[in-house]
Amino acid sequence: MAEYFPQPAQQQIYSLNLGPQHPSTHGVLRVLLTLDGEYVLEADPIIGYGHRGHEKMGENRTYLQFMPNASRMDYLSGLLYNHGFCLAVEKLAGIDPPERAKYIRVICAELNRISSHLLWFGTFLMDLGAFTPFLYCFDDRENILDILDRVSGSRLTYSYCRFGGVSRDVDEVFVEQTRAFIKRLRSRWPDYHNLVTKNVIFIHRVRDVGIIDKDLARRFGVTGPNLRAAGVAFDMRKVEPYEVYDRFDFEIPTGTKGDALDRYRVRLEEMEQSCRIIEQALDQMPAGPYRQERVRLKVKPPRGEVYFAFESARGQTAYYLVSDGSPYPYRVHVRVPSFGNLHCLTDVLKETLVADAIAILGSIDIVVPEIDR
Amino acid sequence: MGYWKDIVVGGWSLIEGMKVTGRALFKPVVTVQYPRKHLEMSPAYRGHIELKIFPETGTHGCIACGTCQRVCPSGVIKVQGVKSHARSGKVATHYVIDYTRCSLCGLCVESCPTQTLKFSTEYELAGDSRWDGVVDLVARMEDSRS
Repeated sequence: MAEYFPQPAQQQIYSLNLGPQHPSTHGVLRVLLTLDGEYVLEADPIIGYGHRGHEKMGENRTYLQFMPNASRMDYLSGLLYNHGFCLAVEKLAGIDPPERAKYIRVICAELNRISSHLLWFGTFLMDLGAFTPFLYCFDDRENILDILDRVSGSRLTYSYCRFGGVSRDVDEVFVEQTRAFIKRLRSRWPDYHNLVTKNVIFIHRVRDVGIIDKDLARRFGVTGPNLRAAGVAFDMRKVEPYEVYDRFDFEIPTGTKGDALDRYRVRLEEMEQSCRIIEQALDQMPAGPYRQERVRLKVKPPRGEVYFAFESARGQTAYYLVSDGSPYPYRVHVRVPSFGNLHCLTDVLKETLVADAIAILGSIDIVVPEIDR
Repeated sequence: MGYWKDIVVGGWSLIEGMKVTGRALFKPVVTVQYPRKHLEMSPAYRGHIELKIFPETGTHGCIACGTCQRVCPSGVIKVQGVKSHARSGKVATHYVIDYTRCSLCGLCVESCPTQTLKFSTEYELAGDSRWDGVVDLVARMEDSRS
């Protein structure tokens, strides 16, 4: 019988381009996979398809004019990027925003973090083949977009923060809507757990898959929920508290193994912690001005440089600004978390199955325009 | 033992999941049937910019100072104005925006010294050519009044 089905003389190794246009790559990313049958021998993420030169753009426009660019790097957590850029420039120019503005920013930033995690939740499960949770979490996300639309006037690229405050004040309706949303989101957790967390197919797809341990994370600069899933409680909001984060009582959820299931659990728990921060911020929010009036349109920071790191939805993000005393920054550099998170895949994807590769790619939550920027 | 337990627990988890989707069947519909039904935009909504008409003067208050032109990150605004006589202030005669390149950041509205700019709540914007996006706001305002 065997002579009819002769064994190949050598292994059939071939390469496969995953992307640049593929629903699971979340943007224009190409992963060059070297396969032996269904096993991945080597994976090489190739980036740069979405390069728009944001850093260079920062050099030939004023600080305020760079603000809309900041939210277009990571379009899923645009407000967090705006927030971080504002804080960096405020640190450089010595602007102190009023108390109320700080609270408004924190509330909106945390809402944006939840919306980003909800979108990740939906797309990750869609990568695994579950379509229904996607619809439910988009229903929840729509609520956040409506709340933020009412105060900032935009649904995705907010440009809401300004140097020394925010662009519009919030009112009682915003507070009510936010509280109602948190109540609604908490009533949804049991549904999510019944639908996904306890689902046997889901557990078998993600358990012990794509382990990113502490050592690997350190080598590649992996941050954010991916690092916390490996058991390291590293969060910029706790390590170097900025804005008013030191006034809130919240925990940093961590995992144990660092597999895809841990990353899923950490993100889900993080949404709950964000809810806690928002609730406390709403209680503590003082009245008063929402914007410092004395900030000029063309901010002229003194000669110097600043490195400001904050926690975006994907990990440690930082702005490095160099000022030569003119209204135009000399250099704008952005440290993005997705770059490190993506490039640890060269190690993680080795000797996995193609189907697992998709699950791992979905579980690390990359935003490709942020890497290419 | 583990094998049978997996089947029973796993099977039950699928039924639990089906219950969630089953309940969703009887919940109210959250989507809007768009072309037949339109949503009201929030007052803060940032559409393209428009010139405000002040009831006291019956016209816009643009003095063609060019602040918006300078503050715009994408350089989409061009303003021109004339003085009617030597002592009077400038009045805008042309206010051209290229909406196709506008990033809707709202810096022009915030920087305007006479507060004569506002966001429109229009969101159904489509055209055949990219020149459809280039609009003279002064001419548009006069069209809307006549």
